[in-house]
Amino acid sequence: MTLVQFLAGHRAEFFGLLMQHIVLVGASTAVAVLIGVPTGILAARRPRVGAPIVWLANVVQTIPSLAMFGFLLPLPLVGGLGARVAILVLILYALLPIVRTTAAGLRGLDPALIEAGTALGLTPRQLLWQVELPLALPAIVAGIRVAAVIGVGTATIAAAVGAGGLGEYIFRGLSMVDPTVILAGAVPAAVLALTADGLLLWIERAFGRRGNRRVPRAVPAAVAITSILLIVVAATTASRRTGPVIRIGSKNFTEQIVLGEIIAQAIERNAHVTVERRLNLGGTFICDKAIRAGDIDVYVEYTGTADTAIFKEQVDTDPARVFARVREHYADAGLTLLAPLGFENTFAILVRGDDARRLGLKTIDDARSAARSWQAGFGYEFLQRADGYPGLANRYGLRFGSPPRAMDLSLIYRALARRQVDLIAGDATSGLISAYDLVMLEDNRRYFPPYDAAAVARSATLLRYPEVRLALEGLSGRISMGDMRQMNRAVDAGHDDPAAVARAFLARLERGRQSKG
Amino acid sequence: METSAAIELRGVHLSRGAAGSVLRGVNLSICSGETVALVGRSGAGKSTILKLINGLLTADAGHVIVDGRDTREWNAYELRRRIGYVLQDVGLFPHMTVATNVGVVPRLLGWDPARIDARVDEVLALVGLPAGVFATRWPHELSGGQRQRVGVARALAADPPVLLMDEPFGALDPVTRAELHREFRRIQAEVRKTVVIVTHDMGEAFALGSRVGVLADGAIAEIASPARLARSMDPRVRPLLEPLFEAGALVGREA
Ligand SMILES: Nc1ncnc2c1ncn2[C@@H]1O[C@H](COP(=O)(O)OP(=O)(O)OP(=O)(O)O)[C@@H](O)[C@H]1O
Ligand SMILES: [Mg+2]
Repeated sequence: MTLVQFLAGHRAEFFGLLMQHIVLVGASTAVAVLIGVPTGILAARRPRVGAPIVWLANVVQTIPSLAMFGFLLPLPLVGGLGARVAILVLILYALLPIVRTTAAGLRGLDPALIEAGTALGLTPRQLLWQVELPLALPAIVAGIRVAAVIGVGTATIAAAVGAGGLGEYIFRGLSMVDPTVILAGAVPAAVLALTADGLLLWIERAFGRRGNRRVPRAVPAAVAITSILLIVVAATTASRRTGPVIRIGSKNFTEQIVLGEIIAQAIERNAHVTVERRLNLGGTFICDKAIRAGDIDVYVEYTGTADTAIFKEQVDTDPARVFARVREHYADAGLTLLAPLGFENTFAILVRGDDARRLGLKTIDDARSAARSWQAGFGYEFLQRADGYPGLANRYGLRFGSPPRAMDLSLIYRALARRQVDLIAGDATSGLISAYDLVMLEDNRRYFPPYDAAAVARSATLLRYPEVRLALEGLSGRISMGDMRQMNRAVDAGHDDPAAVARAFLARLERGRQSKG
Repeated sequence: METSAAIELRGVHLSRGAAGSVLRGVNLSICSGETVALVGRSGAGKSTILKLINGLLTADAGHVIVDGRDTREWNAYELRRRIGYVLQDVGLFPHMTVATNVGVVPRLLGWDPARIDARVDEVLALVGLPAGVFATRWPHELSGGQRQRVGVARALAADPPVLLMDEPFGALDPVTRAELHREFRRIQAEVRKTVVIVTHDMGEAFALGSRVGVLADGAIAEIASPARLARSMDPRVRPLLEPLFEAGALVGREA
């Protein structure tokens, strides 16, 4: 699939994300200008106050943006989900170039002009607005240009906290290992950066030409235009919220995006509500926070994950007990755990198909003797956590020839297929399992907790819209492990569109129902 | 005499950074409506005196009195808006057109726009720059001499009672300069502003000044009418006069 085809097929979504991106960068740059320019003026006037401010802005700039999102996400007031954190982070990054160039621009002015202004009887304030700022404007705009370009880049990372924007394609593409989707985010972001830069340059030139324009008239106009734009955007997003809207969330990997699409389309087919997709939000905690806050109405969770990661229970390997306990916890929070969808996304101990056939391996126990000459490869987390590799080795008495190698999860399947390692811990539903002809060894001693996939929904939403409940219940028990692997494979290896894959699946489901009925 | 002085410097001392003590007891009394030309070697402190009068600098010791009030007691902005100032390096604002530059002080004084426009045209014509041609030009689109004349127009715009001119005609050709001298004398005959003009050109000092002051060694060495100064025997004054005798310019006036 080419980039053009992809964008043409995702037109509505693309423009939505592009708009979000522009709003993120526009709003944060506007606020950064409102804070940064006065700060720059202060820094130029009073170096003793200004130096520490510039220093601080410098330090902020050196914090990697992902780390910054990580810092701010858990904070009570600014933290939480989405655009708020993203805009705050973007403001912090935009401040340094603006403060710095404003201060440098003012300090670099010809002292003879300042003296002339003073000699004519301008007060310091008049001097600032009529002489200093207009003359420093090119420098200030240059700083804003740098800030906007940095902002467009940094805003792609905002998708990690569910703020949307073009970064969603980049993250989606990375998790789908699909360069086209990555480019669908990266190329427009680059174009947007160049456009913003060019536009600001043009504005700067326009000001330079009509230099007699005094800043006092231009600044309120710019502020007014920005505010109007923001209000329009806010109003249009708000108006979209009117009427019944069901928001579907998902975590940030292929299977979750496909499941989100399946749920969204199932609701669209069966209920008279508008469905809004907020897929690719992030990890477990972001989705959990989002549904508790009412930012989303439905997403798919895994029982074992909810049990240990959200509700902090001890590891329990009895599927029925785990499901009952998790459902009760959710009920206390005003959330409903629907009946499982039918498959489990557990850890999978995987070996190559030819090894499995040659050695007749079916369970993890079977692999114990072969393991002595094997190299294992595990994700960092699995390798470290007590309920990961150490516990597994203990339960099965597994011994490998050499210590397991730590690898990135996205590379682990290929490493196995290419014989760089001989046994890995992967994902039971990964589409790559059949793509690379891998075999999952049965967890015959039930070491791993159950990870049954099931939709979680806001109870209030289900009460208000019974059709939504029916649509969700219609999916219970209908998605098998095979179905899920096949769909993951279609997206991950076949580069199919998650929405199209979901549509095909629902059509198949429908036909199955009709032929039965 | 003392009471009618529009500008008066009494025992003014001033040190300026690395230059050290620049003025060491300057006494100078300028009557209302009088034109005083200040001459002196480069670095003597002529511009410094103008900046003291304008309140850009304040004396370390002694008093600078404008209209009977020490500049320290003046509201600096009010004082400066009453004083037209042609700066030595002109200092036109590069982001403003000629008309906007000239209109700066009237705008500060809150004149209504129509009056400002009319006045801008008037003073531009006065310095020989027709508004139709020059009003919308940018400073970088002017020759050095044109820029200087815009500087003069800007100083005249608000019709201030006091005018400080720091080498206002330095970059002009002799013909244009003579025209502007005539214009200057005509205006002075009509409206009688109090003017301090700094110049390196003795001919200009003698042509425009009702009195000429010679600044040397941080003080006024001599101040007198052109005719009296021409006969000075002061060794600090004589060298300044040499070029005039050579050119024979004083012949007419002495006669
Ligand atoms: N901003 C300043 N800081 C420190 N010293 C200065 C400053 N401006 C001028 N000076 C010094 O003050 C002294 C008098 O300078 P001033 O500009 O008054 O001289 P001037 O008589 O106007 O000379 P010119 O004819 O060259 O314009 C000089 O020695 C000069 O170096
Ligand atoms: Mg000077």
